[in-house]
Amino acid sequence: MTDSTPDFVQDSAESSERDSHPPRMQHALLASVFIIASCGLAYELVAAALASYLLGDSITQFSTVIGAYLFAMGIGSWLSRYVEGNLVRRFVQIELAVGVFGGFTAVALFLAFAAQMGPFRGLLYLAVLVVGVLVGLEIPLVMRILKREVTFRDLVSQVLAVDYLGALAVSLLFPLLLAPYLGLMRTGLLFGLLNVGVAVYALFLFRAQLTHSGVLRLFAGACFLLLAGGLAVAGKVSDMAESWLYADEVIHMESSPYQRIVITRWRDDVRLFLNQNLQFSSKDEYRYHEALVHPGLAALPEARRVLVLGGGDGFAVREILRYPRIQSLVLVDLDPAMTRLFSTAPLLTRLNDHALKDARVTIVNDDAARWLEEHADVFDFVVADFPDPANFALGKLYSTSFYRLLARHLAPDGRIAVQSTSPYYARRSFWTIVATLEAVGLKTAPYHALVPSFGEWGYVLAGREAPVMPAAYPEGLRFLTVAGTQDLFHFPADMARLPAKPNRLNEQGLVRLFEQEWQGVSH
Amino acid sequence: MRRRDFLAGCGAAACGMALPGCAAQTPGLPPGELSGSDFILGHRLIHGSFPPPDEIIPVPVLIVGAGIAGLSAAWRFCREGFTDFALLELEREAGGNARSGENAISRYPLAGAHYLPLPNREARAVRAMLADLGALHGDPSAETPEYDERYLCHAPQERLYRLGAWQEGLLPRLGVPKAELEQQGRFFARMESYRAARDRQGRRVFTLPVAYGGDASEWAALDRLTLRDWLLAEGFDAPSLHWYANYVCRDDYGTDYRQISAWAGVHYFACRTGQGLDAGDAVLTAPEGNGWLVHGLRDKIAAAGEKLLRTNQAVYALSQDRRGCQADVWDAAQNRSLRYRAEQVIWAAPLFLLPHLARDLPAELAATLATIEYAPWMVANLSLQAPPAHGAGYPLAWDNVLQDSPSLGYVVATHQKIRLTPGPTVLTYYHPLSETAPAAARKTLLRNTRKIWAERILADLSHAHRDIRALTTRLDVFRNAHAMARPLPGFRDSVRQGRLAAGWERVRFAHADVSGLSLVEEANYWGVLAAEELLAARHGGTLRERLV
Repeated sequence: MTDSTPDFVQDSAESSERDSHPPRMQHALLASVFIIASCGLAYELVAAALASYLLGDSITQFSTVIGAYLFAMGIGSWLSRYVEGNLVRRFVQIELAVGVFGGFTAVALFLAFAAQMGPFRGLLYLAVLVVGVLVGLEIPLVMRILKREVTFRDLVSQVLAVDYLGALAVSLLFPLLLAPYLGLMRTGLLFGLLNVGVAVYALFLFRAQLTHSGVLRLFAGACFLLLAGGLAVAGKVSDMAESWLYADEVIHMESSPYQRIVITRWRDDVRLFLNQNLQFSSKDEYRYHEALVHPGLAALPEARRVLVLGGGDGFAVREILRYPRIQSLVLVDLDPAMTRLFSTAPLLTRLNDHALKDARVTIVNDDAARWLEEHADVFDFVVADFPDPANFALGKLYSTSFYRLLARHLAPDGRIAVQSTSPYYARRSFWTIVATLEAVGLKTAPYHALVPSFGEWGYVLAGREAPVMPAAYPEGLRFLTVAGTQDLFHFPADMARLPAKPNRLNEQGLVRLFEQEWQGVSH
Repeated sequence: MRRRDFLAGCGAAACGMALPGCAAQTPGLPPGELSGSDFILGHRLIHGSFPPPDEIIPVPVLIVGAGIAGLSAAWRFCREGFTDFALLELEREAGGNARSGENAISRYPLAGAHYLPLPNREARAVRAMLADLGALHGDPSAETPEYDERYLCHAPQERLYRLGAWQEGLLPRLGVPKAELEQQGRFFARMESYRAARDRQGRRVFTLPVAYGGDASEWAALDRLTLRDWLLAEGFDAPSLHWYANYVCRDDYGTDYRQISAWAGVHYFACRTGQGLDAGDAVLTAPEGNGWLVHGLRDKIAAAGEKLLRTNQAVYALSQDRRGCQADVWDAAQNRSLRYRAEQVIWAAPLFLLPHLARDLPAELAATLATIEYAPWMVANLSLQAPPAHGAGYPLAWDNVLQDSPSLGYVVATHQKIRLTPGPTVLTYYHPLSETAPAAARKTLLRNTRKIWAERILADLSHAHRDIRALTTRLDVFRNAHAMARPLPGFRDSVRQGRLAAGWERVRFAHADVSGLSLVEEANYWGVLAAEELLAARHGGTLRERLV
């Protein structure tokens, strides 16, 4: 784009006009600098916060995004020397570009992440570089425009002071108001609109000096509409993007105080995700839950009272209720949203055979350890179906202290079945859980089963007496057979026992181990 | 200041700032109360008058002060089956610095003391006490005894807020230059050599209790300079190391490292060798801090005799002659004075009180006692409806320290619970007033209202937790004007030490003030020593069991 109109705003004509601009225009331009600076910082914070949100490790994300952005601004500043022609026209063009690119960065990146298009980090830094270069062009241009009416000393002090002031304003507003109340997408779009506003204001301010600006005006209007439209539908975009994170159609989404519950369906495959982690696929959950319940319970002909910890989906309960001898079952699950959903939603109650509505079942929504501490009930069979020990709070549920507490609720010849992560992907973690149960004086029988959605999965049976193999299983099982059970208790060489230290609360070695082992497993 | 610096800081710094325009939304101050060691009564003890005693109570042994030292002495008597004593406590509750509180959410440390490192093998009395309280299983003299995991502090234990993020452990590492890290390594290797240091007879020099240490004359120079001067003289100048050294001195002794004796500083790093089975060098703690020790000892004493421990008993005059001792006591609960006549007194209260109450105390002893300086402390307990937001970096730990803060950070009372849901909790916030001279700091401590403290505490914590004010439902401030002795250069002087240990004829001194290190191990040592000496004297010089 070349500009052939040689009017006085060009650098060559600057000095002759020094005193003809009223201070009003100078103030208006400084106000623009304030907004420009705010926008510049806002895009940077939005990009860094989005990267932290999506990729985690906020220190790295903030540090690298801010670094790349500052570097790009440096490139922009340097490139500004090549910007020639009608500077106001250039300024307006750059403002529009910054508004649109900067404004839509968060939306585009979020959609790209959700749709898993290309390498996300590459796109992230590309966007940061583009916006950074454009933002870097702004201040040098403004200074050149203002140079005509302000002495250099005042110019530098005023422009930079206002620049920093704008940055301060946003750095305060962003964490306190913008990010919490508007969200990242809307914040980005809002600042995009501000940039376009600056462009429109400049068009108005310099209307006398900008000839043939019809196309530019039209363009500014389009940018404004685009960003305003984006602002209006940002909420929908966010929901849509989240649904893309799941391969299948999302049929239920809910946030409880404890977790984000998402249920998806593709044909007859229903899946549950908690905080985006797959909990089950209806295609093969029977394998997981049959293996969790029956090797232990089928070998306890006297079992009457059962406790299930975790497992609010009711699948373990469904398996347990196959035994007519069970008289009472207490299900302790933290999240009432989970047990309500799996007690009432028709699609889900069909999957768990209305297990949670069975008269023998008592549902308790409480923290498992608190419930165990505050009750004295004793059980013949206990299922501990907690999420994997991925943090210190969860790790406590796989500790010697917790198993001691649990053992106090176990009848003399009772058994505990513990879901124990994957002995294949997290071999040391698995054997640590075994060692932990043994450290509190329980005898163990570790075993494993293949659940296609998860991979090779591990369990541990524990009791005061060594667990024995069941002689028969109830009718209707789809996975377990008496003849095949022995194989589950055999560990091939690549999952064989490793020496492991029990997980004690003063060290919580399991949590660190688990993190190491699952790191890098793209599962 | 370039834009770059500004931008790099803003991600974190902005979170801590409050917008002037948002002031209207700032929630009001949470309710709470200002409490502390009984100042009014304390001053009255020194200056005031009391009605004459209307009852005379004869008792063979009188123990004054039911902190860890007095409780340990009484526990040792009970262990021997000796119950001819009375244990008097000025406050409503026993415990001294290890007192605890309790509300609907949790128990919590009230006066400060909140943990006990696994005791050294030489600390036989401490280990025997832990065994009696059910916290140590099996042989107390084992190299690595088995400790009850209820009391072993859970992981994650410590974290430090630094450069806008939380790092694991309290020694600064995040963003610390490599040269400083190397210096840190050198420093700890040096401390390791002090830990191994032995005298000519092969006895370790830096032990805990200190009294077990071998001949320390070779190391006496350490007690002639401050820890800071020693660090610099030895070529340790890394700012991160200096911060850490100052932190531990303020944490353990309420004293700045610019003032503390280098001997005390080195002792802190070199004295501990205690290990537990599968526990490494963990610390013992409970929601109520060291209150569990107090409750355990109190219950043991109560089981031995109903009225052995008597609270609300303020000794306002102490004298002795050839026949015995006489202690005049103000019973605050019954509003009357009593007179105890005892053959022996174990003085297990802070030593600075003595010159005020004992009018015929020899002048040279009073002069020695006057050399003990005391550190004033402020401890606050904050009830929170939920733990503060996670923040960047390492997750919430038991001990959470902010590097750029006048405080020592906070401990989390509910840390030892096994919970998936965080739920409400109590944070205990520590602030030794070590920035100024004790007398001036004491004035500040007594002058400041709860409102002033509460605003400061919330502002301080908001640097790391901008949600702290909204989460806090109650904030109680506890003041202790004479919380602990300050181990200043010269505190190890053998003449001075000998004079304090010798006591005052029939009045034995049994308090951590005697050795100048305010630690459970020291208080326990002096309490048990006094008890065993008295028991031995009564049994013609022999005792079935000697724990010290």
